[in-house]
Amino acid sequence: MTTGVHGPTRARIDEKTLRPDRWWLSPLATFVVFSGFVVFATVRAFMGVDYYASPYLSPFYSPCLGDCVEGASDFGQPFQAWPLSAALLILVFPLGFRMTCYYYRKAYYRAFWLSPPACAVAEPKTKYTGETRFPLLIQNVHRYFWYAAILVGLILTYDVVLAFRNEDHEWGHMGLGTLLMLINVVLIWLYTLSCHSCRHTVGGRLRHFSKHPVRYKLWTWVSKLNVNHGRYAWYSLFSVAIVDFYIYLLATGTIEDVKFF
Amino acid sequence: MSTPNDRHPMTGNEMSGSAEGGMERHQYDVVVVGAGGAGLRAAIAAQDAGARTAIVCKSLLGKAHTVMAEGGIAASMGNVYPEDNWEVHFRDTMRGGKMLNNWRMAQLHAQEAPERVMELEDWGALFDRTDDGLISQRDFGGHKYARLAHVGDRTGLEMIRTLQQRAVALGIDVFMECTITDLMLDKGAGESKVSGAFGYWRETGRFVMFETPTVILATGGIGKSFKVTSNSWEYTGDGHALAMRAGASLINMEFVQFHPTGMVWPPSVKGLLVTESVRGDGGILKNSEGKRFMFDYIPEFFKSETADTVEEADRWYDDKKNNRRPPELLPRDEVARAINSEIKAGRGTPHGGIYLDIASRRSPEFIRKRLPSMYHQFKELADVDITAEPMEIGPTCHYVMGGVEVDADTQQSAVTGLYAVGECSGGMHGSNRLGGNSLGDLLVFGKRAGEAATAYATSLGSDRPKVVEADVKAAEVSALAPFEVEGGENPYSIQSDLQESMNDLVGIIRTAPELEQSLREIAAFKERAAAMKVEGHRQYNPGWHLALDLRNMLIVSESIAKAALAREESRGGHTRDDFPGPDAVWGTKNLVVNLDADGTGVELTEKPLPEMPDELKKYFESK
Amino acid sequence: MGYQLKMRVWRGDQSGGDLGDYTVEVSEGEVVLDALHRVQATQAGDLAIRWNCKAGKCGSCSAEINGKPRLLCMTRLSDFDEGETITVTPMRSFPVIRDLVTDVSFNYEKARELPSFAPPPRDKDNKRRMAQVDVERGQEFRKCIECFLCQNVCHVVRDHEENKPAFAGPRLFLRYAELDMHPLDTHDRRELAQGAAGLGMCNITKCCTEVCPEGIKITDNAIIPMKERVVDRKYDPLVWLGNKIGLRTKDNEGRTEVVE
Ligand SMILES: Cc1cc2nc3c(=O)[nH]c(=O)nc-3n(C[C@H](O)[C@H](O)[C@H](O)COP(=O)(O)OP(=O)(O)OC[C@H]3O[C@@H](n4cnc5c(N)ncnc54)[C@H](O)[C@@H]3O)c2cc1C
Ligand code: SF4
Ligand code: SF4
Ligand code: FES
Ligand code: FES
Repeated sequence: MTTGVHGPTRARIDEKTLRPDRWWLSPLATFVVFSGFVVFATVRAFMGVDYYASPYLSPFYSPCLGDCVEGASDFGQPFQAWPLSAALLILVFPLGFRMTCYYYRKAYYRAFWLSPPACAVAEPKTKYTGETRFPLLIQNVHRYFWYAAILVGLILTYDVVLAFRNEDHEWGHMGLGTLLMLINVVLIWLYTLSCHSCRHTVGGRLRHFSKHPVRYKLWTWVSKLNVNHGRYAWYSLFSVAIVDFYIYLLATGTIEDVKFF
Repeated sequence: MSTPNDRHPMTGNEMSGSAEGGMERHQYDVVVVGAGGAGLRAAIAAQDAGARTAIVCKSLLGKAHTVMAEGGIAASMGNVYPEDNWEVHFRDTMRGGKMLNNWRMAQLHAQEAPERVMELEDWGALFDRTDDGLISQRDFGGHKYARLAHVGDRTGLEMIRTLQQRAVALGIDVFMECTITDLMLDKGAGESKVSGAFGYWRETGRFVMFETPTVILATGGIGKSFKVTSNSWEYTGDGHALAMRAGASLINMEFVQFHPTGMVWPPSVKGLLVTESVRGDGGILKNSEGKRFMFDYIPEFFKSETADTVEEADRWYDDKKNNRRPPELLPRDEVARAINSEIKAGRGTPHGGIYLDIASRRSPEFIRKRLPSMYHQFKELADVDITAEPMEIGPTCHYVMGGVEVDADTQQSAVTGLYAVGECSGGMHGSNRLGGNSLGDLLVFGKRAGEAATAYATSLGSDRPKVVEADVKAAEVSALAPFEVEGGENPYSIQSDLQESMNDLVGIIRTAPELEQSLREIAAFKERAAAMKVEGHRQYNPGWHLALDLRNMLIVSESIAKAALAREESRGGHTRDDFPGPDAVWGTKNLVVNLDADGTGVELTEKPLPEMPDELKKYFESK
Repeated sequence: MGYQLKMRVWRGDQSGGDLGDYTVEVSEGEVVLDALHRVQATQAGDLAIRWNCKAGKCGSCSAEINGKPRLLCMTRLSDFDEGETITVTPMRSFPVIRDLVTDVSFNYEKARELPSFAPPPRDKDNKRRMAQVDVERGQEFRKCIECFLCQNVCHVVRDHEENKPAFAGPRLFLRYAELDMHPLDTHDRRELAQGAAGLGMCNITKCCTEVCPEGIKITDNAIIPMKERVVDRKYDPLVWLGNKIGLRTKDNEGRTEVVE
């Protein structure tokens, strides 16, 4: 039986949508860019090499807890026995964070699930249960990934601090790599702190802002950031990839780091 | 209740087209016609008092005109000025109405409005707050203290949504998009009593009959008879006309309020309201020469309480105790007339209005916060950013003070079982309504009518007035008449000619020759309407709906024009160029309008104002 | 400055219908509703349109213009090129009645299913006190004019008729959020929101927010916060543990849970 916009009680209109604009452009762009990133990230994560170019550590591999190259592990190597790439040990956290992120959910439900591809464009699937059952029910754990993301953010910040050294780990130096890592960590923090779960946790869950002035203040700040959460999601995705790629180029000796001082 | 099961539980929709010929019947204790603030409040009161209650409205639930009210609800809660109390409010109301108000209604309104507002809060309304967490109150023209409970500039929306949600929670039956076209009377034993209400479903065109001993009319106003108006298509004066046809009378019909500030451009939104809060929050009026002209138009009556220098006026916004109000906040009739004079004198704006400027006086943040929907309205519809440029505005037909003559305490009309509340009732506002007093009026008298109707219906026991079947048949025939006509005119053109005519001849400034001409034109419209024709069939046919409404518009227009011609003075919402001042003798009487003997026209009688008791008179002794 | 506007308007009812072509004179500053009214007054007297205020305040005139859910009275003709044909259809998620008018009773039914506001007694001086900052979130949601465009665009019911019984829709999620954030309400409706109202069906794809003529951030400010509140109530073991050992937030005290 036909359902949805072609159901028996609805106005009889054959088209799936009457939108004349290029509504498909945005989901298509999302699809292409995300797919590109996933391919790139998967390749890089499985490579297990060229992720450290002293003093820079790729964010995909930080913290480096497996059998990592010398200088990369700032927190020891508790998983030295792990046979695969060290990235796979820790990537689950940022990956889980982003997969359950409210913004990314919107983006990939639209671009990959076509549910819906765009507003007022009929979706192809006939059955839909949303996030009411397993596995999508799991999206509700997003806040736990957010807790983890705070840790990840701290570690990446630490990495940036370490990046103010030269190859020989002497302090007081800075190169293009440092700058890229700095930009990346700022964007990562913006992304992490503008998270909806963050907004909820710092104050959104309250019913009486007036009785919690400090949390209310925090909530107003996070709310301001939250408006741009989607933007930060994209920017930080690019910046992570760029930093990693830059370090890859350094590590493979393709280019030389630009040194500022 | 006789609701058939196939009736939609919420909307009352019955979608089977084949049943078009059949007629539904329902029995209720109280049928409320209209789901604006007045109708909803009446229905809630009736249901609370134990009556089986139905609400019938010709648009969807929650869309009635009340939704458009912007400024606020006047109630002397004293949250901002503890000195405020019902006596001050009562005095302001009477003075605003130029003492032509029904004093008892004005008194009840002033006394009961605060508790009615508190009830809204009990039911979930979220008013703007003061720093102490109480309901905030804002300034409006003619009110001595900041008194209007409000939510930004969308108070009406808050009010209707709150009442709607309350009515739904109580489980009151609602019949949406169902128009009442006739009232049924039981004329046995000499006295005519309401026995039912007849109407049609807009969706199917099917007829529906409500058997009920009480009908509460809450159908709102008449503004659609004028071309430039802030009112919607619903404002065709149905309640006014229904009441007259049932034998009740109207009073004060000559008093039509022209709001000073309506949009003038672009043409498609001409008349759309610009809320008075713009002025309450600091906006001023300027002519094309940049002059703040209201200082030239302060009437004697309000001299003592109006600032006469720009400095004092500007100080008032921050220090109301030691300064008098700016002249921009005079009652609406005064401001509308002043604007009209400026435009006539050639000092108008390019689009024929004058400037309302808040941009140069308040910060953009302030404007966006206090007047969000005005900001939105100008941005979306006129491409004007009110935080950066002045608005162009001019007078627009806004409210009718006149309406069904009712008993002040119960809102019952001259016909037993027929009640009227809200804008379609008359008396409360005298010759001019103060801003914010309408929303209070809806609540106060809605509740009273609902209770009074229930008490009467209960007192009847099983001995209820009967519906006469021949009357039902006659109502059907009359409703279908426009389909029967061959080759007549379409109702849209008659309507637009009527609107044009009323605007030009019975507008803000009136003269005897023009009023006489308007009566001749109305007579001609009536003839054209008798031969009008609608195309298509009965299912959701707006042409047909308009044809039926047009009859009401015509009779109401005639009432207005006739009363306006008779009242040879200027007072409140009635300005005669040939009689420019108020007249002491006219100040003691109301004009009452009734349907004439053969039911095709209207006739007037004069009636002395009810005498105010001495203990209230003392508020008006000059100090 | 008038010009001839070409329009395609859907005419018909449940038994069928199609897009009819009309050409109508329009002028500067007009909106789509003006053009339709002119069609009605001059060419098709029985063209069914639902409207009231013509000011974007009542939410009656919802329809789809060039495939996008919009208010007829707030869509300016200047948004389109003069040569462009404007296509107007009724909302496509609700049963059509006739022409541009649909049966929106779904929304009224859903509203009726929601338990109403439940306040505590008033203060001793017979007033109520609430801080402005505490009512502001609710006030945003109460700007809703019930145009039901969000309900119409939401793919959960637009594309899946069978979901209607289990899904209240974004308009009602606003209402749940408003009450859950209300400083005085004594009910806890989180369980209901997830269960009876079907909050979990929403996949936060934000079309409701995109079409809302009042600019209410439905998804960001109501649905997602509500989802987070549901997580507090149902899916967060730490909150659960906190409750068990008495470490609960005092902010929710005095509320009792309502269930179906
Ligand atoms: C733009 C604007 C702003 C305003 N601002 C303010 C303000 O700030 N403060 C203030 O106090 N007042 C204000 N007013 C005035 C006030 O809003 C109205 O006077 C008031 O809302 C009228 O309410 P009501 O309940 O009498 O009628 P309405 O709210 O108009 O309701 C009329 C009802 O009757 C129904 N109806 C009509 N005819 C029939 C029929 N034949 N059969 C069945 N149903 C029928 C309609 O469907 C509707 O439901 C404003 C008015 C306008 C136009
Ligand atoms: S965000 Fe949720 S409620 Fe809004 S349209 Fe999308 S699925 Fe529907
Ligand atoms: S939330 Fe917005 S789109 Fe939805 S009904 Fe309300 S006003 Fe319309
Ligand atoms: S990270 Fe996107 S919502 Fe939490
Ligand atoms: S007619 Fe009221 S919103 Fe368009």
